Amino acid sequence: MSAPAAFAARWSRLVVAVPYLWLLLFFLTPFAIVLRMAMSDADTALPPYAPHFEGFATLREFISKLDFENFRLLADDALYWDSYLQSLRLAGQTTLIALAIGYPLAYAMAAAPRHWRPVLLVLVVLPFWTSFLIRVYAWIGILRPEGLLDMVLGGLGLTSEPLRLLNTEAAVLIGMVYSYLPFMVLPLYATLEKLDRSLLEAAADLGATPVRAFLTVTLPLSLPGILAGAALVFIPSVGEFVIPDLLGGPDTVMIGKVLWNEFFSNRDWPLASTVAIVLLIVLVLPLALLQRARLA
Amino acid sequence: MRRSSPGSLRRAFQPWNDPNAKPLIEFRGVTKRFGSVTAVSEVSLSLYRREFFALLGPSGCGKTTLMRMLAGFEQPDAGEILLDGVDITAVPPHLRPVNMMFQSYALFPHLSVADNIAYGLKREGLPRAEIARRVAEMLALVKLDGLGKRRPDQLSGGQRQRVALARALAKRPKLLLLDEPMAALDRKLREATQFELMDLQSELGTTFMVVTHDQDEAMTMADRMAVMDHGGLVQIGPPDVIYEAPVNRYVAEFVGDINVLEGKVVAVEGDLVRIETALAGMVELDEEAPALSIGAAVLVGLRPEKIDLSHDEPAQSFNKVAGEIWDIGYLGDVTMIQVMVGGDSGRLIKVALTNRTRRAARPFAWEDRVWLSWDIEAGLVLPR
Repeated sequence: MSAPAAFAARWSRLVVAVPYLWLLLFFLTPFAIVLRMAMSDADTALPPYAPHFEGFATLREFISKLDFENFRLLADDALYWDSYLQSLRLAGQTTLIALAIGYPLAYAMAAAPRHWRPVLLVLVVLPFWTSFLIRVYAWIGILRPEGLLDMVLGGLGLTSEPLRLLNTEAAVLIGMVYSYLPFMVLPLYATLEKLDRSLLEAAADLGATPVRAFLTVTLPLSLPGILAGAALVFIPSVGEFVIPDLLGGPDTVMIGKVLWNEFFSNRDWPLASTVAIVLLIVLVLPLALLQRARLA
Repeated sequence: MRRSSPGSLRRAFQPWNDPNAKPLIEFRGVTKRFGSVTAVSEVSLSLYRREFFALLGPSGCGKTTLMRMLAGFEQPDAGEILLDGVDITAVPPHLRPVNMMFQSYALFPHLSVADNIAYGLKREGLPRAEIARRVAEMLALVKLDGLGKRRPDQLSGGQRQRVALARALAKRPKLLLLDEPMAALDRKLREATQFELMDLQSELGTTFMVVTHDQDEAMTMADRMAVMDHGGLVQIGPPDVIYEAPVNRYVAEFVGDINVLEGKVVAVEGDLVRIETALAGMVELDEEAPALSIGAAVLVGLRPEKIDLSHDEPAQSFNKVAGEIWDIGYLGDVTMIQVMVGGDSGRLIKVALTNRTRRAARPFAWEDRVWLSWDIEAGLVLPR
């Protein structure tokens, strides 16, 4: 390797080091703290936990005291299992509904005349210009008995009595689909807009009906957009806390809410940390497998 | 002004001259508008079975639109398109027995080469074994055996072009449309591919229609070609007729190089026409059954390769003019010499000399006083 090439290689390694350092500092370090917390015991002191590790001298003792007691507790209690499963199910439903609404939306946007597209994009992003919390509160006004929805449906003569949607699982789904829909539409639009129209013409030319052409050309080529959109909707939906808290009822127990309760109501930081770490594993493992499958 | 083809260049295959031949494709008064722009206006055209037809014209002349209407991607605003005598104007593209090779090739990036070729066959619902057999046959035909498992992005430009061709031919269409098929290839590959395409066409007996802006490509490959301008067909005929007997100045200048002189018809004696030109005096030329009246204002066209150059004044009393060499462009096979005729503010006439000997032996230099002369078979008459 020539001297300038060696210099360039060393320099480029230095450049890549900066983002790695960033990730180490702001992602891995907090994660290590949470992990340490999860393997500690609850205490009523301030902070309300007892660290086992206070220096290198006690390293042996610290490691011997680390245990998976909290993880065992989590595995044994049906409450946690149920709320994980309910979170995954609701997030899955949210993702599917968002895909069902978002795909045609993105498709129509990509097919719209070129000068219309920026306007449509702004409309999709427009809700982000107001606070997320306020928008979820607004849904309370729409969904509550005698609320906007009941008024409209009743006024049209479609319903005779209030729907009683608020504080049900349906309300949580509505709220989550509404909140996360843009995250589905944007990556889908990006892939569909890039799609070469001559590919569809070629499919038609070779005898494919419009439906067949969609299934064999458009759909497989928009798969990266579908996967990206699904991940962007699914991941925050699983850990969602605000929407089930405001729109959900007593029977919607999502893991985000359990986490909140353990942290602030029960002041059991180690257990709360355990809940968080298990959630992370539940989310990261399938994503890592997906990534491997795509690279293979 | 109608002309017939020069006798010596006639070919055996001429269904368009046979009144009993039934055309495979017929355009009848087809018009297509995009907003206020008329892309194709009242085009009537017949293509015959086994014909290699080229649509030639500058970009924006409507040739691509005409082809896209044949494939079914555009609907004509007026007129009808017939295939085998059946009106297909309203038939959607996926039901037409016509296949197209796209300029961009439009290969499916998520499918392998074999799956790209099999795409149309699968839509026909052919049995698996039959599809595999035909894909192998197509791969062999375009000399891509063994590359069936590759993705399009793992191929060179020339290989991608072959895949596109194989995919379009796999369904054995009645008519294959080729949209600028050579545009993305470099020159050497282009020449080789042109001849391969011609061999392939005569081997398969498929009717080919190629759209191109490259006159060499059209003239090399086509049995007949049509020159388009502003949405209309200006002239249809075999390449030699288009070149040697263009109907007007546009065709004469678009296909090949030509020098144009203004003149007036002085005499018509049988096939012999005498034209008095301002620049070169009396011009005599041989025209088959000329329909010209004495005194008519016409143009005389002279192709550069049909003009002779000499230092001494030729013996003939007409078809000659003196000038001075202004520019010499050496192109290897030929040398393009620009001769200023009619004084310094006159006109530059292009003369092409074939370089039959090595460079050192060439007799002409800048600022030489020379004589241009040509045969009575050289000039052609164009309407003014």
